[in-house]
Amino acid sequence: MVDSIMQYQSEIWHAIGETFTMVGISIIAAIALGLPVGTLLYLSGKGQLFENRVLFAVMNILVNVVRSFPFLLLVVFLIPFTRFVVGTALGTLAASVPLSIMAIAYYARLVEQSLLEVPKGVTEAASSMGASTLQLIVKFLYVEARSGLMLGLTTSTISFISYSTVMGIVGGGGIGDFAIRYGYQRFETEIMIFTIIIMLILVQTIQYTGSFMARVLDKR
Amino acid sequence: MISLHQVSKTYVTSNSRFQAVDAVSLEVGAGEIHGIIGSSGAGKSTLLRMINLLERPDEGTVIVDGNDLTSMTDKHLREARRSMGMIFQSFNLVNNRTVSGNVAMPLEMAGLGKKERAERVREYLDFMGIADKAEEYPSRLSGGQQQRVAIARALVNHPKVLLCDEPTSSLDPQTTVGILDVLKHINRTFGVTVVIVTHEMNVVTNMCTTVSMMENGGLINTFKAEQGNTISSEDISRITVGLSRDKVRDTHG
Repeated sequence: MVDSIMQYQSEIWHAIGETFTMVGISIIAAIALGLPVGTLLYLSGKGQLFENRVLFAVMNILVNVVRSFPFLLLVVFLIPFTRFVVGTALGTLAASVPLSIMAIAYYARLVEQSLLEVPKGVTEAASSMGASTLQLIVKFLYVEARSGLMLGLTTSTISFISYSTVMGIVGGGGIGDFAIRYGYQRFETEIMIFTIIIMLILVQTIQYTGSFMARVLDKR
Repeated sequence: MISLHQVSKTYVTSNSRFQAVDAVSLEVGAGEIHGIIGSSGAGKSTLLRMINLLERPDEGTVIVDGNDLTSMTDKHLREARRSMGMIFQSFNLVNNRTVSGNVAMPLEMAGLGKKERAERVREYLDFMGIADKAEEYPSRLSGGQQQRVAIARALVNHPKVLLCDEPTSSLDPQTTVGILDVLKHINRTFGVTVVIVTHEMNVVTNMCTTVSMMENGGLINTFKAEQGNTISSEDISRITVGLSRDKVRDTHG
């Protein structure tokens, strides 16, 4: 086993690098756009501070549509959009586009759920102090929901890794693509097992770190 | 100090209408400790929340310290709210911030500098007797201590009005007495006008100088104790059964 792994060492490192690139970009998209979308979903929801049926319905449907797409089809469906954004539909960077779209929708829903856990009284206290909307969000909601937001990001990251494994279809590469091409299609079972072990360790580490940080952040 | 004029609020759901507050007018003088009593569902909490417009009345006007809150822009309303403190039955502290972090929040909203914030926070934690808890998180404190933190938070920005929504209902009798003493002390020391919603009659007899009784969304009676006195239990039984009309100012309708 060691021999064949040594033989592909540079390919493995390269594949891990691609996975990190795709997942990293998706995490950035999740935080930069998924967090605001999730917050807007929460604020415009029924009985909330900025209840707005139309806005809520539009975003709710968008998030659901993205999440209900079989992911491979989403990748194919988004090819024109990807080409428009990064100039090409192939490669690691191009693969990050559909992954990021999924990431935004996925994390937005988890953000909404975490914010719904914040007791109503906290928003009421914020309003009674004369908090602006931004202050309400940043100083009250995100502070009270921070461990849930962290756990949501952990769950999301692990899903992004899983989604990223099919990116071979648009030449995105990554560890999953490596496992399929070298391990499965070339019948090198050892290689496949080895990459699965890498994935396992990666996912375990992320979950452990995420859970630990959520615990540290939670003072409730 | 506070003047509610013919305020109403109706909650409409798809299959029902509930008139929480029905054309209520209420005057609260500066420096009063004004109790609002009534059975649950009478509209006491809704009425209290109208004073700082946490509940916006469907009709009527709310005037606090000479300003009509109902006609204000959002920005001015936020500023007006900063001169009113509010405490709650469930304390509503931010549990992921320390005690001093919680008390500092209204000052952050008001844009005070860091150094001045720290000084003010310390001053009010001292005043409330919880200076040793400054760096603790709220979940490590008892209910009475948490309510003290909430009171410090409500007072730190020097409000003229303190709104209290069942502040002692989740506390044991002994702790309740302690909190009521603090509220009286605040009223005397800073001249803060206190409006307190409660269903506990001993809260009224312990501290209120005026009491209003609500029923089914309407204000039945307002009764003012003699100068320097608090409401007695006889006063309460009088207004609840509607006796001694000469002493009772009927503000209904």
